[in-house]
Amino acid sequence: MTETALLRHPRTAAIGAALVLLAAPPLLSSFLLTLLTQALVYGILAMSLDLLLGYTGLSSLGHAAYLALGAYSVGILTTRHGANFWVTLMVGVLAAAVAAAIFGLLALRATGVYFLMITLALGMVIWGLAHRWVSMTQGDNGLSGVPRPTGLPWSVAEGVPFYYLVLIAFALAFVVLRTVVRAPFGQTLVGIRESETRMRTLGYHVWLHKYIGFVIAGAVGGFAGVIWAYYNGFVSPADAELATSVEVLLMVALGGRGTLFGPAIGAGVIVMLKNLVSVYTHRWLLILGTVYIGTIVYAPDGIVGTLRSWLAARRRRPVGVAGVVVNPEGGGPHG
Amino acid sequence: MARKLLVIALIAGVLVGGMFGATDAQKGPIKVGFLAPMTGGGAQIGKDMTNGFQMWLDENGGKIAGRQVEVIIEDTQGQPQVALTKFRKLVENDKIHVATGILFAHIGYALAPKADEYKIPLIYPVAAADDLTQRKPSKWVFRTGWSSSQPSHPFGEYAAKTLKYKRIATIGIDYAFGWEVIGGFQKTFEENGGQIVQKLWAPLNTSDFAPYLSQLRRDVDAVFSMMVTISSLRFPKQYQDAGIKIPLIGAGTSFDEFVLPSLGDEALGGTSALIYSAALDNPVNKKFVVEYRKKFGKVPSYYSETCYTTARWINEAAKGIGGDVEDREKFLAALRKVELPDTPRGPVKLDTYGNPIQNVYIRKVEKKDGELWNTVIHTYPAVSQFWKYKPDEFLKQPVYDRNFPPCKHC
Amino acid sequence: MEFWVGQVFNGISYGALLFLLAGGLSLIFGMMRIVNMTHGSYYLLGGYVALTVISRVSNFWLGILGAALVIALIGIGEWNAFLKRLGGQELGQVLTTMGFALIFQDLALVIWGGDPYTIRVPAYLSGTWQVGNLFFPIYRVFIIGVAIVIAVALWLVLERTRIGAMMRATVDDAEMARGVGVNVYLISMAVFSMGAVLAALAGVVAGGFLGVAPGGDFEILPYAFVVVIVGGMGSLKGALVGSLMVGLLDNFGKALFPELSYFTLFAPMAAILAVRPTGLFGRA
Repeated sequence: MTETALLRHPRTAAIGAALVLLAAPPLLSSFLLTLLTQALVYGILAMSLDLLLGYTGLSSLGHAAYLALGAYSVGILTTRHGANFWVTLMVGVLAAAVAAAIFGLLALRATGVYFLMITLALGMVIWGLAHRWVSMTQGDNGLSGVPRPTGLPWSVAEGVPFYYLVLIAFALAFVVLRTVVRAPFGQTLVGIRESETRMRTLGYHVWLHKYIGFVIAGAVGGFAGVIWAYYNGFVSPADAELATSVEVLLMVALGGRGTLFGPAIGAGVIVMLKNLVSVYTHRWLLILGTVYIGTIVYAPDGIVGTLRSWLAARRRRPVGVAGVVVNPEGGGPHG
Repeated sequence: MARKLLVIALIAGVLVGGMFGATDAQKGPIKVGFLAPMTGGGAQIGKDMTNGFQMWLDENGGKIAGRQVEVIIEDTQGQPQVALTKFRKLVENDKIHVATGILFAHIGYALAPKADEYKIPLIYPVAAADDLTQRKPSKWVFRTGWSSSQPSHPFGEYAAKTLKYKRIATIGIDYAFGWEVIGGFQKTFEENGGQIVQKLWAPLNTSDFAPYLSQLRRDVDAVFSMMVTISSLRFPKQYQDAGIKIPLIGAGTSFDEFVLPSLGDEALGGTSALIYSAALDNPVNKKFVVEYRKKFGKVPSYYSETCYTTARWINEAAKGIGGDVEDREKFLAALRKVELPDTPRGPVKLDTYGNPIQNVYIRKVEKKDGELWNTVIHTYPAVSQFWKYKPDEFLKQPVYDRNFPPCKHC
Repeated sequence: MEFWVGQVFNGISYGALLFLLAGGLSLIFGMMRIVNMTHGSYYLLGGYVALTVISRVSNFWLGILGAALVIALIGIGEWNAFLKRLGGQELGQVLTTMGFALIFQDLALVIWGGDPYTIRVPAYLSGTWQVGNLFFPIYRVFIIGVAIVIAVALWLVLERTRIGAMMRATVDDAEMARGVGVNVYLISMAVFSMGAVLAALAGVVAGGFLGVAPGGDFEILPYAFVVVIVGGMGSLKGALVGSLMVGLLDNFGKALFPELSYFTLFAPMAAILAVRPTGLFGRA
């Protein structure tokens, strides 16, 4: 099957991907399985941000806040109250959704660069709480000793069962988000991204759509946080840092905005980069920095976006000569 | 296409995994996993740590118990999540025999339960959190460094009895390490008739201490500061700038050799307690300091000393069992039994909880040949983490924190 | 009374330092609409370059000059090679400048190692003035002085000179400005390097009492962002008022409610944003 055919049959591709992920554990060393698990958790987070960044066109610089809210819910409830998986899941997602509902009221009054700055600032509020509300969060010490999930029909203490739990969570998040973006609601978000004025003229309630999108993204981000806390067995203010928010942005941009599956791939690449490249060189930050810049310079549409346009161009010109496509809009300085 | 990407990723993954896993598990080299920050704010301390460890190996032909040693250094990036992943990698792919390193206490707490799960000896030369060897000990974890409150206990007594201070105000960094250092000091200082009349706490990354300094009570005999790294550099200067003339004493880290070269005259007279001083007057230390300076161009800090000693520690244990580090239970037992009579910091051995019994030195910052040194003015020999208390009674009190011991005289 | 005077002085002096940093950020923001995550790196690198210069020539002022020159070049290079193409693309700007921030962070570690340093300041800037029972560190008075000089100079340049007029014209309508013969390219480059130089200046000045150490870049960057958000992007007045507010809030928050110290900083900010999403003096 050629790439072109795969592209034409996204469903086949999705089923294929699912099969590969299902069959992966016995083929991987346990360390790589750990990394794959981590990539899936970050994949959930990146996909949730894609709803905002890719589909609605809102660059949020505070998405780590929801990861942290989900994670701290688990940390606090399990270590203090011995709560089971379902309780922490509900509280974690709810906490993130409530925070998003409040933050959305503030942030959505602005657009563009102002939206970016306000979400950054609101993210800092959560970071400040994680860092300083010591009686609740243990401050910089973090919350250690988070057990593996309890209250499930089967034990997920070991790496492989836990991987499948995360895989289910990932699939669930993917299906939910895909349903959202495929629904008329998601199409409206895309319309808003393209032209807010036009959608308003057409009679859509632009703000409400953005607001609901914002809350859904936050809730799914919190969902990722719940899994993240169980994965690490540990929660710390690092989860809420600005650097984490920027990293998720990179995952989305690297994988391909507005493709949902792309950001998950982006998450995988970054997780592997951070954990595998740093094994070989202590100068991995230089490489990560270069990836940040390279993504914008060479692949502004991300891996998936670039592949798509490359394949589309090849289909138009069946002769296998890769011509340089000059983008008529790009290139010139916007002084 | 998505599938193709995944297939490629998968193949790459298997290949990489194969490379990691392919090493010979037969009597190859002894593998030591070393976890330390190599990037970010703690990078230099990470370097001091690995330098100390590597220096002992270099001095001894790169061998432990006659076997070649392979040290695998992994960057924790100062983040517990990364440290957890890297620890797993060291254990599962590199098949290490022993792990060490770890700078931050919270990473220490995060990894300790994992060491028990993997059954891998994990040695902490730096992470100082009391409960790692007190209320939450792990079978596979012990320390070659010190517990946070260990130097504070004798220092509290010293401040009350020898320095004759009656009233002291404290200012410390607001996290477990700070609470434990100050808590230990408060306990023994007050038991010896002193009074802590004020406790101020500043967040970890405080840059400007002015708001705290202006609240600091001036009707005290001394101020006890509990600073780490960059704040150790900032605090004495801002203290002096604020026009405060009250004697400044503090935690070992407030004046340690990591910041001493960057400090100026504002640090002179600063008195503190720690398990090490580069100015220690014994032949082993003198040689250590000279060699270290020759090699790395700076005075060794306690981070370097404890890691240097850790390398020797592993060697002692491995030698005792004929280099058979593959028998982990035997190796762990040997590691816990090591006694070193002559490390740069003096004699060291473990108590049953896995924390060293060692000398605590009262040090005073003085200028010699234009450089600042921690001159040792008093030695408390063979101090246990429980000081003069009975361990089981001591462990009945909660771990020191922000509000324990309570500030009765505030 | 002494408490209040002392705290106000501390707050203002910290605010003055923030103004140097945030003024540049706001300038780049407001005039060029560039979100610059590298701004903290300019601050850090400025401190390191000055440290190196001062260790060679033992002159604080030459240290400032050296840092300003080097950082201006770095800023111009970064803008010319990458940022000028990214007008209006916030995402591209954030990621590119974040990439540079990581690269600079690591390069600084390679070049200067990770030991913390203090920049030695001239003897006449150290010491303390005593007024009654109050102590005023001379260096803090100096920082306030530098901030005032820079604020006045910026205002004069922007409002009273031809270059300033060209800058404002470029911001308002680049096409129009180009039409009347303004070299938009040069003007933009000048604005960007000016912002970078201010950050470097802040780095050197801060090096005298906060030290220079790895992590300094991301330690102070959020504060600079908060100033710009509160004051309003691109407004000199906003940067000034925002810096003072953040300096004072941070100070009084830490002094009066130490447990809530970050909350007392961010909560008023959220309140301001709720009322004025573009900040106190920002234009939409």
